[in-house]
This record gives sequence, structure tokens and C-alpha cells, in this order.
Amino acid sequence: MKEYATDMRTAMADTLTELCRNDERILWLDSDLMASSGMNKFRSAFPERTINCGIQEANMLGVAAGLSEEGFFPFVHSFAAFASRRIADQIFVSGIYAKQNICIVGSDPGISAGPNGGTHISLEDIGILRSLPGTIILEPCDPVQLKSVLRQIPQRTGVFYLRLMRKSKDQFYPDGTEFPIGKASLIRQGSDITIITCGTVCIKEALKAAEALEEKGIHARVIDMFTIKPLDQAAVLQAASETKAVITLENHNIFNGLGSAVAEVLAENRCSVPFRRLGAPDRAGEVGTADYLMSKFSMDAQAVLAAAAELLP
Amino acid sequence: MVTRYEDSAQLQQFADRIRFHSIKAMHASRGGHVGGVLSLCELMAVLYGSVMNYDPADPDSPDRDKVVLSKGHCGPALYSALALSGFFPQEELTTLNRNGGRLPSHCDMNKTPGIDMTTGSLGQGASTAAGMALGKKMKKRKGNIFLILGDGELNEGQVWEMAMFAKHHQLDNLIVFVDWNHQQLDGYTSDICRLDNIEGMFSAFGFEAVTVNGHDVDAIRIAVKNVLSDKNGIPKCIVLDTVKGKGWSLTEGKTGIHHIAITDEMMEEAKQEFAEKGVVIE
Repeated sequence: MKEYATDMRTAMADTLTELCRNDERILWLDSDLMASSGMNKFRSAFPERTINCGIQEANMLGVAAGLSEEGFFPFVHSFAAFASRRIADQIFVSGIYAKQNICIVGSDPGISAGPNGGTHISLEDIGILRSLPGTIILEPCDPVQLKSVLRQIPQRTGVFYLRLMRKSKDQFYPDGTEFPIGKASLIRQGSDITIITCGTVCIKEALKAAEALEEKGIHARVIDMFTIKPLDQAAVLQAASETKAVITLENHNIFNGLGSAVAEVLAENRCSVPFRRLGAPDRAGEVGTADYLMSKFSMDAQAVLAAAAELLP
Repeated sequence: MVTRYEDSAQLQQFADRIRFHSIKAMHASRGGHVGGVLSLCELMAVLYGSVMNYDPADPDSPDRDKVVLSKGHCGPALYSALALSGFFPQEELTTLNRNGGRLPSHCDMNKTPGIDMTTGSLGQGASTAAGMALGKKMKKRKGNIFLILGDGELNEGQVWEMAMFAKHHQLDNLIVFVDWNHQQLDGYTSDICRLDNIEGMFSAFGFEAVTVNGHDVDAIRIAVKNVLSDKNGIPKCIVLDTVKGKGWSLTEGKTGIHHIAITDEMMEEAKQEFAEKGVVIE
């Protein structure tokens, strides 16, 4: 696997700086996490378009809504747990219900916040955001995809939630690849079984599992569902009809995330394909390294291989 | 064209009309947040009848003043002020809470002409108002944001997050009113979550704060004119000492009137009472 020239957060800072030059609406709001979000680089270029609100996520989201009402397109940032769980009602009332335009960036999603422990691990943020009306939920896996997605957001309206693995340099796609929001990306072709996943850590594990399956003569398809909402239903149904089993793998719990979204599509379309959701069970996170937690929560390649062995005859 | 009431008696008359139409609207929906609606009527009269820069015919004017009624459950007072100021027909006031209607009990900017921000989850209007005030400054627009908070609403921590933010960003185009009617849903604020000195609380957060009689239109008007003439980089707070349920003998100064039903009989009494005050009963 290639390594990109910068990590994800630097790619974000570079892209938003570039967008800001031609779009006077774009603002960055942070919650005393500028050093974490990597956006000091953006602030150097556009100090007047950067607002560090301090440690007040609820006020930050409301301020963003007010700025949107005055014609701006604010991006707001906190760690994923606080950008979702902590301010769900502000996102709903001040953002969504008031029909404002805001992109919420939640960094270190899921187990990637492991060293900070259970308080910081967001295994439910997608579920919270997915149940709020009209949201668009994105989890880009590499800097190439992140850049493409970021450029599309200000062209649209509404409330966006973007999960950001801020320190990753993993590159899965060639430079310059474009990723239309709402359309799944086929990252590996295969005809026997499909793994539907998204985000850096899970894409990596899914590809690892696919290679291991290949050695056994099983051709695994890997779908990068970087737009979790609205879901690319056609890609799911095509996979269900063209391969013999479907597995979802997510850095989240198995409730109301990617796996649930895929299950809804399969069930409502009478797809009886063997199916398994992989993700954290009904429990909170705990302190630990990413590898440890992914293994413990059945989010790694081993878990995919075990599920594939059960599902395939 | 906007009606301006320069005479205090006329302005008080406007407040009484807002009060009566609010009661009438809430009667049409069989009840409402009567206590907190009625304590706001003088403020609404001063804002829409005297001090604000707005034009119902040009709601998108970037330089106009805007109102965020963060105690969004008191929508009927604002709706009455808006209807009587020409934003929509007066007859529509009696469609409050009606299925498919434009007047929900809590303010919705995407439904009602003249509503500048959606509110209803307490504390959130504070932040959106601060964002609007900052946005106006960043775009070098004229106009002020008038934020109206309830005293019970000050229990919400988000209000104080906003206060720190407004001070830091020198939002002198943000005018905060606190409707200090001394009661919240379950009873007196002093019995539930004591506030004591609201003016002092805002002063401590770096606001210039004053307290005035919230039912004296002249006192409110002078306080607003004072803060508008003083653009010194400091956000302003005007605490309105008010009475919950003010101006209707059935509710004024009573407890248990946060949200009540209004029967036909109560409405008939209200008509008589407000006719005696000189309000034209339509």
C-alpha cells in the first residue's frame, strides 16, 4: 500500500485553503482543537475565516448555524464523540431543522480514539447522525478521497457529518481520483463474496481479508461505501445478486451504522443472500490500541475470515 | 411601510393589542404558554413599534435588524407583533398550531414570515444569535441581533458558553434581553434553580448590563436606544423585570400559568377586559 505525501488532516487543511480562495462562504470553526485538526495551516492563510470557539461544542454548532444564516458555509470540528453524541440536539434544531448549511468534522472516529479510552471512543456517532433527517454522512478512507469529497460539500446544501482519521497517510486510490458523493467505490473486484466497508482502518482490514481469501481461491469483492447516507442501494443489490454472501465491516457498533443500512436494503428487496454485520457489539469502548480493540470488537481481517467461512458453503 | 409609535401611550396601546391578539391566537389553539407570552408584550411593542430597523416588504434586506426569540415557546407574542406590523394577515393568528399551518407554538424561520431563527430547544437561540451577530460583523453589515432569553432558560449552560463567546468576539451588535418574569414551568425560579442577580451574572461575563421595568415601554425604549448608541465592542444585556401573565387579570402574577387552556368563557372575559383598555376587538 502506498503512503500519501501528507496525512489526512494536512490534506484537509490544504483542500479547504484552496477552496477558500474562491469561495467566500467557507469558514473553519474549532473547539480548542486546532492543533489536533491540523488546521493551523488554514488559519495562517485565512485568519479572518477561522474561529476557535474554545471548549464549547454546543455553542460552536449554534454559532455555525447563525453564520450559515448570514450566508457562510461553516465547517466545524471536534473529536467524533463530541461532534455527534454531545451535541445531537444542536445539530438537529439549530442545524437541520433550521435548514442551515454546516459540515461537521468528527475526528478520530471509533476505535481510533482508543488511547483516550471509552469516553472518547465513538461507536455510535453514525447511528446518531443517520437517524437525524436529511444528513449526509461521509467517511473517506484516504487523502485522495477526502479531497474529492471536501470539494463537493460546499456545492451542496444541508448538514454533513464527515468522519476523519486525521493522522493516517494510507493511500488506497491514485492521485486525482474523483468520488461522487452517494456512489460507492469498488475498490476490489470479486465474484464469490462481498465485503462492504468504509474508512481507513476497515478498508485496510477488508483488503487484508480479501487477499487471504484469494489464497484459498475465494474471490472477494470489496466495496468502499464512503457515503454511508444516502446509501448506494444499487451497489448493495448488485453485490447481493452477483456474489454468494455479503459481510459489512465498520469501525462502529452494529446498531444503525453501515451494517444496519445495508441490512435494510437487503431485507426490503427480498435478498436472501447470506449476510453478516461486523462491528462492535452492544457495549462501550475501552482504552487500548487500535489493533487490540479491532480484534476485541470483531472488526479485523480475522473476523472477516471467520464470517466468510460461516457464510460460504 | 412600517408604523412607528413615538408616543408612549400609543406604544402601550400597541403592546395591549399584541397582548390581546396573543390571547386570541392561543384561545384558537385551545391554550398555550400564556404566562411567558404575556410578559413579553411591552418588549415586542418597543422592538417592532419603535426601535427596530425592518421592512416587511423587504425581509431579505442584509442590513436590517433581526430578532431571535430563544424562549421559542412564546411564539404567539412575536407572531402578533409581526402580524400587526404587516408581515402576514392578522386573521392568520388564529391558525396557531393548526395542522399544516405556518404558526407553530415554537418559532420556525422556515414556516413563518418575519421569523429570523428557528428556536424551541432552550439555550440554542443564544448561540445562533451570536453566530448571526458575528456573521453581520464579518460581512460588515449594519443591523443588530436582538436575542430574547427567558429567565428559566438561563439554567441552560449553552447560554453562558455564548456569553463568553460574545464577549471575546466583541459582539456589540448583539443585544440580549432577559425576560425576568421570576417563574419557570414548575414554579418560581428562586425555588428551582436560583438566579438572584441576572444583571450581575451578565456583567461578570463581560456584558454591559442594566435592569429596567419590562412593562414600562419608555424604560425599555430608552434602554435600547442607549445600548444602540454605544458601539464600544461590548455586548449588551437588558434585564426586563416582568410579571408572568402580565396584563390579563386571569393570569397576572399567578402561579401555574406557564401553559394553560383558554376556554371560550375566558376568551369572552378577555374581550371585555381589553375593550375597556381601548383595544379594538375584531
